[in-house]
Amino acid sequence: MTILRLGWRWLLRDLRHGEIGLLLVAAALAAAAVTTVDFFADRVERALASQVSNLLAADAALEWSEPPPAEWEVEAKSRGLVTARTMSFPSVVLHGDATLLVQVKAVSGDYPLRGRLRSSATLDDATGATAPLAPGAAWAEPRLFAQLGIAPGTAIAIGERELPVTRVVREEPDRGGDLLQVAPRLLLRAEDIPATGLVGPASRVSYRLLVAGDEPAVRAFGAWLAKRLPKGAEWLDPSRARPELQTALDRGTRLLSVAAGTVVLLAGAAALLAARRFVERQVDAAAVLRCLGASSRTLVGLVGLRLGGVALAAALLGGLVGVGAQAALAELVGRWFAAELPPPSAAPLFDAALTTLLVLGATALPPLLRLRSTPPARVLRRELGPPPGSALIAAGVPLAGLAAFFVWRMGDLALGVRALAGVLATLLVLSLAAYGLVRLLGPLRSRGRGAWRQGVAALVRHPVLTSVQTVGFGLGILALLLLTVVRVDLLAAWQAKLPPGTPNHFLINIQPAERQALEGFLADRGLGSPAVLPMIRGRLTEIAGRAVDPASYPSARAQRLASREFNLSHADAPQSDNRVLAGRWWAPGTATPEFSVETGIAETLGIALGDRLVFDVGGRRVAGTVTSLREVHWDSFNVNFFVVGTPALLSGQPATYVTSFHLPAERLDLLPELSRRFPSVTVIDVGAVLGQVRAMADQAARALEYVLAFTLAAGVIVLLAAVQASRDVRAREIAVLRTLGASRRSLYAMLAVEYAVLGLLAGTVAAAGALGTAWLISEAVLGLSYVPSLRLLPLGALGGAVGVGVAGLLAVRRLVRVPPIAVLRAA
Amino acid sequence: MTPHSTTVVRAAGLGKRLRGPEGELRILEGLDLEVMPGDAVSIRGASGSGKSTLLGLLAGLDEASDGEVFLFGHALSPLDEDERAALRAGQVGFVFQSFHLLAGMSALENVMLPLELGGVGDARERASALLERVGLMPRRHHLPSQLSGGEQQRVAIARAFATAPRVLFADEPTGNLDTVTGGRIADVLLELRAETGAALVLVTHDQQLADRCDRRLVLEDGRLGELG
Ligand SMILES: Nc1ncnc2c1ncn2[C@@H]1O[C@H](COP(=O)(O)OP(=O)(O)OP(=O)(O)O)[C@@H](O)[C@H]1O
Ligand SMILES: [Mg+2]
Repeated sequence: MTILRLGWRWLLRDLRHGEIGLLLVAAALAAAAVTTVDFFADRVERALASQVSNLLAADAALEWSEPPPAEWEVEAKSRGLVTARTMSFPSVVLHGDATLLVQVKAVSGDYPLRGRLRSSATLDDATGATAPLAPGAAWAEPRLFAQLGIAPGTAIAIGERELPVTRVVREEPDRGGDLLQVAPRLLLRAEDIPATGLVGPASRVSYRLLVAGDEPAVRAFGAWLAKRLPKGAEWLDPSRARPELQTALDRGTRLLSVAAGTVVLLAGAAALLAARRFVERQVDAAAVLRCLGASSRTLVGLVGLRLGGVALAAALLGGLVGVGAQAALAELVGRWFAAELPPPSAAPLFDAALTTLLVLGATALPPLLRLRSTPPARVLRRELGPPPGSALIAAGVPLAGLAAFFVWRMGDLALGVRALAGVLATLLVLSLAAYGLVRLLGPLRSRGRGAWRQGVAALVRHPVLTSVQTVGFGLGILALLLLTVVRVDLLAAWQAKLPPGTPNHFLINIQPAERQALEGFLADRGLGSPAVLPMIRGRLTEIAGRAVDPASYPSARAQRLASREFNLSHADAPQSDNRVLAGRWWAPGTATPEFSVETGIAETLGIALGDRLVFDVGGRRVAGTVTSLREVHWDSFNVNFFVVGTPALLSGQPATYVTSFHLPAERLDLLPELSRRFPSVTVIDVGAVLGQVRAMADQAARALEYVLAFTLAAGVIVLLAAVQASRDVRAREIAVLRTLGASRRSLYAMLAVEYAVLGLLAGTVAAAGALGTAWLISEAVLGLSYVPSLRLLPLGALGGAVGVGVAGLLAVRRLVRVPPIAVLRAA
Repeated sequence: MTPHSTTVVRAAGLGKRLRGPEGELRILEGLDLEVMPGDAVSIRGASGSGKSTLLGLLAGLDEASDGEVFLFGHALSPLDEDERAALRAGQVGFVFQSFHLLAGMSALENVMLPLELGGVGDARERASALLERVGLMPRRHHLPSQLSGGEQQRVAIARAFATAPRVLFADEPTGNLDTVTGGRIADVLLELRAETGAALVLVTHDQQLADRCDRRLVLEDGRLGELG
């Protein structure tokens, strides 16, 4: 009871005298970062996911080769979800003598549940507007009109029924991933399908049941359905939607969580320094309390209570900052995304409390345990302090705390341990580098004179403290470098993946005879000379001696891929945006029959390196061995192929050509001319998809900037903690030097040298760390190849020298001004 | 009851060895001492003769290499750090050469500290009375850094007597002060001791101060010798 009262009073005094200010700020910052990032990641992820939802035209969908039973729809509705149905199948339409292969999609009246279906009444209006699709009419993509030579409003024969094609489809949310799909889309209402007589028991139709609603309800329905899912049916949630958007989403969220982890790590480093200093400053008091008969429990209790108070205050403060930040965020996010944001919950406040407890527990416990064994004889001999304490505890407790944090945040033991290993390796390298640099200073001490000599000597005198400070400053500078230079580099590299000239139009069905003329057409009009690649249609019949049976694949996607005709191509060299992951690309001009397969489809269809593939190309057998597996960056919007063969194998086959190019918006008028000159060529506008991918990259980038701002704050806190860590030692040294007659000016010069050199070391270490981090993030997280910007090294070193020099001088300026007697008397 | 239970502090064959850079250092060797209730004992000795070391051993702040110390009749060597602290609580007072007030606490709070640790209810009143007694009531809310050396030592004395201890250990209580101030501090210390009847073990090399005690001992070559 009295301990409680004493602890409370002491805590108030700590707060008043700023003893625990830094510790409080560090823990609060960690808590604020965690709560804000929780809100942020949650909201951004949801907002991004909702954009992906647009691409499903729903929050999730069930896909099956048979009509989903009505009970499923009833169940979905009973869970408060809204539903819609679609069915799609290839068919042939007629107009006069002309026939055209189309991809029919028949939808229910509620379609789409997410995203927009835009259409226009004329072929000239490229934007269109949202309008309901009524029974008794069909809509179609622009090229259907071009290929049939009809205008909107003309009736065409669809099976046994005549329907007018009234509007031009401009944006269809769930158009599907294959941009090279040859058949244009024909959209109509499901009610009109029976009259066409097109769908019979043997038809190859893909049915979808679309659902939308609250995220938990959608997920619960997915789980309910999973137990009843028949063979071949597939549950599609946003994570399965468009691969190019999913890649952008994954990169964005991974980057966010890396940034968030960094904030807590930095705040933890600051807390480690501050907690150590705080507890060490309690040693004198502990010795006196010991003499007065306090037990070790009382000692630990008194300091522990105060730390507990700090944890509580930090959790409240951090939680408040987090709530405030998320309110500001709602503003920002609201502007970025068209999505409705979920209301804030109290859960992040719990996270804030857990974070501060973890941070303070892990950092303060080891020195607290040491404090317990303060020898009371310290009151007689000042040099006596607590025994060094077990290194196992000193290192183990913070590490265990860190591990607990990672496991908690990542929700996965293995991932947490791996993240911890990464952090440890980084810290170890930083510490070793710092210690090495400090050692290198040794010989310099005897060179030079005056302020230089004393400043360097002060650093060399405490090599471990200097190393710790170097790592502390280094982490702070690292955060700054990452926030400024590296962020700009990375974002530039990322956005460079979708540069302004990214192709937004595909041309397919180019006849061999037209190829040269078309290349000339594009070049003459300043549209560049994009690669025009051969495309050969073929059906996959055998994999490694086994006949391909689409029905034998479990997933609808694999079934679809296996039954569809492949677009094959041939080339001597892989495309620049392809990367061979396994095997080797063939030597140019090779005569052997070989294939290179995209990794994703190889996995889906069960194709392995060395397998012999057989395609049926226009009735002829074409066989070759898989000698490489390629990763394809689909988001480059270049023409790419799942399967590429050697020219020797495929160049003799009947081919058409495809290409993609960028058409600036103001030159859309070229398209009619192109269609006139090359009537057989089909133009596909992918501008809308490209726009979506680009918007997502921009949003993730801005989200990242926001989280990195916390990293900046954490970096500053680490710098402050590192300065403070040496303040007590400094104070005594300065006081002694002043009594020995050192002038203020010479002291300032000495301190300036000392902190500048410290900053130089830290900046060098930080720049190296930033280079490594940037490399890791771009290669492993973003999948970009990183070009190291070596300007980081001089920038870090000089910036560190100036920054730490100024910060250090500001921090110790009071020590130089205070009369030395005050310091000496307090000691 | 053992015959020694009446002693406040007793040392028997006490020895302290330390490992120094040039082999073992024998600071105390075969030292005997008995302090009875109410005794005022002064121990003088040259600098480095081991006075502070002896005081630390007698108060249970440190562990002996040989022999035994009995505090209030309890042998100290079997006790651990916490048990020794419990034995001291409220029964032992200290005054040190470098005052050892808690820097963050006011004069009053420093005096209240041992009372609060002992769970005494009217700590504030008793501490105030003691500060009044040493003449520092007007400065009670000042921090140690805002007090002169003599004032700090008076606060330390008030704190030492706060729990009405049975024995007071003082290590050079006037060592950091000028002669006049030191003399006044010695007056306060000895008066309070007389009023409370606490035993006093005082270590100093100040002949005048040592002479104000009933029993005067000298520490030489690790042993105590009695002076008339
Ligand atoms: N922890 C220790 N480590 C090494 N030597 C020690 C230690 N404690 C005491 N000594 C040595 O033991 C001897 C006695 O020290 P002590 O402080 O008891 O002397 P003292 O009589 O109190 O001296 P002074 O009058 O100067 O305070 C000294 O030589 C000192 O150097
Ligand atoms: Mg001494």
